[in-house]
Amino acid sequence: MSALVDAASWALIAAGSAFAVIGALGLLRMPDFYTRMHAASVTDTLGAALLLAGMMLQAGFSLVAVKLAIIGALVFFTSPTATHALARAALERKLAPLLAKAEGEPSKR
Amino acid sequence: MFTFAIAALLVVLGLALARAVLGPTVFDRAQAGNTIGTAVMLMLAAIGFLNGRPDFLDLAITYGLLNVVGTIAVLKFFRHGDLGAPGEEEPSR
Repeated sequence: MSALVDAASWALIAAGSAFAVIGALGLLRMPDFYTRMHAASVTDTLGAALLLAGMMLQAGFSLVAVKLAIIGALVFFTSPTATHALARAALERKLAPLLAKAEGEPSKR
Repeated sequence: MFTFAIAALLVVLGLALARAVLGPTVFDRAQAGNTIGTAVMLMLAAIGFLNGRPDFLDLAITYGLLNVVGTIAVLKFFRHGDLGAPGEEEPSR
C-alpha cells in the first residue's frame, strides 16, 4: 500500500514538473504578450496543483498536508486574480493582441 | 525525486528570468515575476521535503502572500501611475 502511494506521488510530481517546464517554455517562446500569459497559466494551475498533490501524498494525514492545501488554495485564488489584473492593465494601456484589427499599437515580439 | 522537481523548477526559473530580461513590455516582466514567485513557492515546499524540514512550508505561504500583494501593487502603479488611485468600483448611477 505504501509503495502504491509512493508511486502515485512520484507520478504526480513528475507530471507537475513536466507541466511547469512546458508552461515556462511557452512563456519564453510564445509570440505576443497575451499568448505568453496564457502559457504561464499552465505553470500556475496544473503544474502547481500536481506538484502540491504529489507532496500531499508524501506527507499523509498531518499538519504538513494542511499547509500544502493552504498553499494550493492561495495559488488557486491569487493566480487568476493576478492574471486578470495583468490583462486589464495591458488592455488599458492599449496593448493590442497580435491578431486584433489595428487599433492601438500592436504588441511587439 | 524531490531533486527532480527542484531541477525542473530551476529550469522554470531560468526560462521566466529570460522572459523578464527579454520582455518587450513591462507587462511581460510583471508576468515573468509572477511566474518566478509561483516557482519559488513550490521550490520552497520541495526543499522542505528534501531536507526533512517541513517548516519551510510556512515560508512558502508567506512568500506567496507577499508575491500576490507585490504583483497587484506593481500593476496598479503601472496602470494608474499612482498607488493611491481609487479602486475599480462600478460607476454609480
